[in-house]
Amino acid sequence: MAATNGPAFEQPASFAFDADSEAELATIVARYPAGKQASAVIPALYIVQKQMKRDTGSAWVPLKGMDAVGARLGMPPIRVYEVATFYFMFNMKPIGKFHLQVCTTTPCWLRGSDAVTAACQHATGIKNFGETSADGIFTMTEVECLGACVNAPILQVDDDFYEDMDAGKVEALLAALRRGERPPAGSMTGRQTSAPEGGPTTLLFAPEA
Amino acid sequence: MPKVTIDGIVVEVAAGSTILQAAEQAGIEIPRFCYHERLSIAGNCRMCLVEVEKTPPKPIASCGYPVADGMVVHTDSPMVRKGRRGVMEFLLINHPLDCPICDQGGECDLQDQAMGFGADHSRYDENKRAVPDKNLGPLVKTSMNRCIHCTRCIRFITEVAGVPDLGATARGEHMEVGTYVEKALGSELSGNIIDLCPVGALTSKPYAFVARPWELQKVDSIDVLDAVGTNIRIDARGTEVLRILPRINEDVNEEWLGDKSRFALDGLKRRRLDRPWVRENGKLRAATWDQAFDAIATKLKGLSGDRIGAIAGDLVDAESVLALKDLLASLGSTNVDCRQDGARLDASRRDFYCFNTSIAGIEEADAILIVGSNPRKEAPVLNARIRKAWAASGLPVAVIGSETDLTYPVLHLGTGPSVLTDLHSGSNAFATILANAKKPMIIVGQGALARPDGTAILAAAWRLAAHVGALSFDWHGFNILHTAAGRVGALDLGFVPGPNGKGVDAMLDGGLDLLWLLGADGFDSARIAAGTFVVYQGHHGDAGAQRADVILPGAAYTEKSGTYVNTEGRAQRGFKAVYPPGEAREDWTILRAFSAIIGKTLPYDTIEALRARMEQINPVFGRVGFMPRFGCSDHTGPAGDPSVLSDAPLVSTVPNYYATDPISRASPTMAACIEAQSQPALAAE
Ligand code: SF4
Ligand code: FES
Ligand code: FES
Repeated sequence: MAATNGPAFEQPASFAFDADSEAELATIVARYPAGKQASAVIPALYIVQKQMKRDTGSAWVPLKGMDAVGARLGMPPIRVYEVATFYFMFNMKPIGKFHLQVCTTTPCWLRGSDAVTAACQHATGIKNFGETSADGIFTMTEVECLGACVNAPILQVDDDFYEDMDAGKVEALLAALRRGERPPAGSMTGRQTSAPEGGPTTLLFAPEA
Repeated sequence: MPKVTIDGIVVEVAAGSTILQAAEQAGIEIPRFCYHERLSIAGNCRMCLVEVEKTPPKPIASCGYPVADGMVVHTDSPMVRKGRRGVMEFLLINHPLDCPICDQGGECDLQDQAMGFGADHSRYDENKRAVPDKNLGPLVKTSMNRCIHCTRCIRFITEVAGVPDLGATARGEHMEVGTYVEKALGSELSGNIIDLCPVGALTSKPYAFVARPWELQKVDSIDVLDAVGTNIRIDARGTEVLRILPRINEDVNEEWLGDKSRFALDGLKRRRLDRPWVRENGKLRAATWDQAFDAIATKLKGLSGDRIGAIAGDLVDAESVLALKDLLASLGSTNVDCRQDGARLDASRRDFYCFNTSIAGIEEADAILIVGSNPRKEAPVLNARIRKAWAASGLPVAVIGSETDLTYPVLHLGTGPSVLTDLHSGSNAFATILANAKKPMIIVGQGALARPDGTAILAAAWRLAAHVGALSFDWHGFNILHTAAGRVGALDLGFVPGPNGKGVDAMLDGGLDLLWLLGADGFDSARIAAGTFVVYQGHHGDAGAQRADVILPGAAYTEKSGTYVNTEGRAQRGFKAVYPPGEAREDWTILRAFSAIIGKTLPYDTIEALRARMEQINPVFGRVGFMPRFGCSDHTGPAGDPSVLSDAPLVSTVPNYYATDPISRASPTMAACIEAQSQPALAAE
């Protein structure tokens, strides 16, 4: 019987770091003193995930990728599996082209994350968190506080935060993504970074010297 | 050293001790699940809570909290009791209520602690989580619903066994202990996680649903399936051995036991010789003891002593070896040999054939050279000790022989014995490391000795030991690693050819008219010359019995009281757990009975009298369980010319850990292990 935590779907037969990944890996590994390369495991797993995105269009970490990280960093494979499965940011199974990560923690929830979720569901046909749309374009997951509560609610798409969302903006954003556009990340209401709505109310003038 | 007060008892403990250790010293037991004195501290079960005065008012996990001078600890205050009760309630939230069908029942830490700190009902109304079981191979059965995530199994496999297959994947509610990718555990020590698991998550697969602990009779014994002399407890019910567990002996096995020694016991029930047989017209037929003895006596009539000989096997107890030697002596024969594999062991001095540093002494060593041995397969428990020493000090270990994973990093110096010469002359870089070491060890395996140039290798290894300063008044760094549990005892009793006596080769090559095999199965029986009349005395119908003209059914190690001397030279005694099957008898009594039939009655009729004679021959047998360590003051080496080394690569004599002797070869469980080994990724169960 396969373990629930174990790899339960089709895995690529091999994984090798490509030139881009190798270059990135070299910089990262060099940050740690000799003998402590294992410290690079998390960035190395990100490199695998990004390379999979480049190669297959789906950002995830296959078993062979974890093994490659273990071999490179001198770690037994199980130690890499432990780290990769511990962190939510690593997708242990293939996902859609776009990863919709809806923050549902209290501030976002108070500011309407339920509507964001519903809009995602409506636009993609996905029923539950963790699922991928039938067309394979979107995967929707539920995440905890993204640390951007001032501009709640947040929808994170891959690595980008889309802030101050509401149902309409979600629909528009997903439609744009489908068209192959990538609207600029940040506040969707035109807010300046995390200043109050309507513009800054303090520090309006530089103090006289 | 800090003084601490625990429940009013003042103890002085070593600096850096934890509260739990201090409490142990004060004789106060603190409940624990994750803490284990031989593993790193995890501090994740929280069962060991105590209250410490003048700290923030909250319970403290004592297993990971270092003591400070003047600390006042309470282990039974209302806060502590409440805290532990809370922990227990949490642990039981997801733990199934399946004690009635759990093999751990009756010897379960969780069950025991729940008696002390558990509530009589649960306040938890939700569903318990369900965790799929894992397939860890043929030895360890899993019931992962029961796992309380103490991580003892993970820490053991990673730290002690050094084969990191187990881990905890995912987290929180979804955390699971297992291998993630399905595979059999790769360690020869994997069975120990069954003992370590404080609950019934990991249990013995072959022993599943076989017995309840309170039905078992427990007998102390010594393992004979390798030469470490692991202290074991044999659990039997009626006439059947059902389970073998390690006993603690800090000097020998700490508390570990190799998988073969733990699980090969089903081989004790198969292929057994349970009655005498006599060959008539080329065919073996069942016989009575009298008929069997008569057949041998008839054959013996008129034979001169030098045409009679005996070979002792690997699992023999010292008592029967001496009885056999005495019997042959009474017949005028000195053709006796216990080196059935042809190992060129030198019996002339005890430190030429013992593991002189001692197993515990490994931890003092600061450099190790292994010659022609794979300790991981030949003596896994001893190998764990080398790993422990390496983990503590990072000592350099070098190997001459095959390149294999010994669970710690090694420098591979080469495959042929000529490396010994290079080390002696200093042309190999490791020579400097050995020479600079204060306590270097050289471990010579049977793979280096059981070959034509074995005498030369032995001499070369000794010469090197003397050269690098491994032999001094307070340190003996020359070591022979044996694989046969009976070998050192037999050497101690002088079971080697006497003056003009024949050794194994001469005996097999037609030098004899009558050959007595005492459990000797370790060579190709086709080598026995055609005309030789073979008496096989032993417990399994293995190689030796096939060739026999008379078979005398003996007792296996679980069925007799016997003395065994381990590779260190430590005499230890095992007791009888069950009766031998059918008409089989304890081996020394067979020899004693036969001696009376031919009118050469051996001068002992109790085992005590026999043991007194053993002690007379070698005082070693008078110090059972106890082994003084000696340095080395006489540097004269074993006979042999260290320069006539061949180029043949050194290979271990144990190609397969799971099949080394008649018992493990007869064991279906060991067969399953061999099968699992050949397919690392197990098919779904
Ligand atoms: S299986 Fe047993 S030893 Fe391993 S973590 Fe679970 S409870 Fe602990
Ligand atoms: S709660 Fe959503 S970003 Fe903090
Ligand atoms: S024994 Fe202290 S936390 Fe487990």
